[in-house]
Amino acid sequence: MRVLFERTRGLTSKPFHYCPGCTHGIIHRLVAEVLVELDVLEKTVGVCPVGCAVFAYEYFNCDMIEAAHGRAPAVATGVKRVLPDRVVFTYQGDGDLAAIGTAEIVHAAARGEKITTIFVNNAVYGMTGGQMAPTTLLGQKTTTTPFGRRAEEAGYPLRVAEMLATIEGAAYVARVAVNSPKNVIQAKRVIRRAFEVQLANLGFSLVEVLSTCPTNWGMNPPEALRWLEEKMIPVYPLGEFKVPREEREHA
Amino acid sequence: MPRVLMKGNEAFGEGAIRAGCRYFFGYPITPQSELPHYLARRLPEVGGVYLQAESEVAAINMVYGAAAAGARVMTSSSSPGISLMQEGISYLAGAELPCVIVNVMRGGPGLGNIAPAQSDYFQAVKGGGHGDYRLLCLAPSSVQEILDLMGLAFDLADKYRNPVMVLGDGILGQMMEPVELPPYSGELELPPKPWATTGTAGRGTRNIINSLYIEPEELEAVNLRLRAKYQRMEEEEKRWETYLLEEAELVLVAFGTMARVARAAVERLREEGIAAGLIRPITLYPFPDAPFHAAFSRARAFLVVEMNLGQMVEDVRLTVEGRCPVHFYGRTGGVVPTVAEVVNFAKEVWQKL
Repeated sequence: MRVLFERTRGLTSKPFHYCPGCTHGIIHRLVAEVLVELDVLEKTVGVCPVGCAVFAYEYFNCDMIEAAHGRAPAVATGVKRVLPDRVVFTYQGDGDLAAIGTAEIVHAAARGEKITTIFVNNAVYGMTGGQMAPTTLLGQKTTTTPFGRRAEEAGYPLRVAEMLATIEGAAYVARVAVNSPKNVIQAKRVIRRAFEVQLANLGFSLVEVLSTCPTNWGMNPPEALRWLEEKMIPVYPLGEFKVPREEREHA
Repeated sequence: MPRVLMKGNEAFGEGAIRAGCRYFFGYPITPQSELPHYLARRLPEVGGVYLQAESEVAAINMVYGAAAAGARVMTSSSSPGISLMQEGISYLAGAELPCVIVNVMRGGPGLGNIAPAQSDYFQAVKGGGHGDYRLLCLAPSSVQEILDLMGLAFDLADKYRNPVMVLGDGILGQMMEPVELPPYSGELELPPKPWATTGTAGRGTRNIINSLYIEPEELEAVNLRLRAKYQRMEEEEKRWETYLLEEAELVLVAFGTMARVARAAVERLREEGIAAGLIRPITLYPFPDAPFHAAFSRARAFLVVEMNLGQMVEDVRLTVEGRCPVHFYGRTGGVVPTVAEVVNFAKEVWQKL
């Protein structure tokens, strides 16, 4: 019998705690598959956030560190400076990375830390109960913007990938989505490139992954996938915002 | 043994290098600046890494990462910066990661000033961050002792898998004294850290560094295990120095810079016929109770002298347990009590006995 699909050994056998229809599970799998395919799982150290992915250390089948809220890039910096030949990644949500941890991610990028960040943007705080995130869309209802996010009071959504792409030390910055099979396949390709950039010592790499949160968006899973496509992607366009310099010169 | 003139802040750095520390993460703040200046130059010479972080918050989390990766690592700061680090210190204690944190204390609260103070005693020995945890806390009182205690600090951090705070102040950091530098070969035999997150290669099993335990019973078990560790520290790690304590009827108690003033005051009081002595705690946590117990048979009063409005005095009262009057004299805001002030206050106490 031909094996078409199997559980990657990059993940443990622990069942995910994520809500039905949440795409964290897909993103976990893609990262884990990439680590296995690049044959670096045994030399990888991952850093988890605070947020829905707080238990990621139970799922990734490699050495893992739980960081304080927003501090994963600083923790990863400490690990990478001690162990420069290991692969170090952070896995962070939008509250963790784009609100409380803004300074840490900006300066990790500015230093060109040779780490890879998987940034999961689902436009809402999940774990704490659906509050507004920096990435919440204008007009989007959350538990702390019950009438929809209004720019007058709550400002504008933060485009993290575009912002970080302006930083010299950031070698590779891209945004992907995991709302369709086509986008999932593309997301994996991009995540692989981000880790390859780290392995080539080119600098900081980040992949922003647009993700769903049916529970806090108040939708069923198919509706959430459609909402991502129709509402999020126009605000957060997919693509590569920064590629390594040599590739740019050869382009 | 070669004697060199060294600034206190530099001695923190050189002591760390000689203890095998090769990683420093910090953020600029006065009056500890010479420490990062020294290590920015010295660490590359020994193959180490000096990194200036974007904040104290980031610095302590870099320490967390480097400690998780198994390195001997340190940071340093001064009072307001140490306040910013408290979140990270709580996580370090919770995840049981060894590291050394130097606090060259200045005046507070708030921005305070850059003058020497001892007003972070509570923060250092009673928690500081959230949760039920303890820091081993060492208080040197000379440049030589800074050098010596930095080695001890790294050893204790590794022995207990716990952050260690070395508490100095603006005077200790800024003053220069001759120190003896023992021969130094470079490489040290450091204890293995099989728990470190270095990648699973060659190990097979995963290492996890974590302080999250969602089940109350599970977290309580961790808390109890930590408490047992702190009790072991209390049994094994108390350190102190005494001066003329044997016959002392009036016992002065002071740590760090203040202990130097108090020692001079004891000498002056002796010259005036007052049987004074000194207890100088070297570990502030665990607090050394043995010299107090030894003093009870003769002591008629204790006088605690601090560069704050009365912090260590609470631990002295807890130790003395009402068996003897405990008096306090302190100046704060960066003002350092003079020998004459301490002598005069001690004489007032003495006359009322």
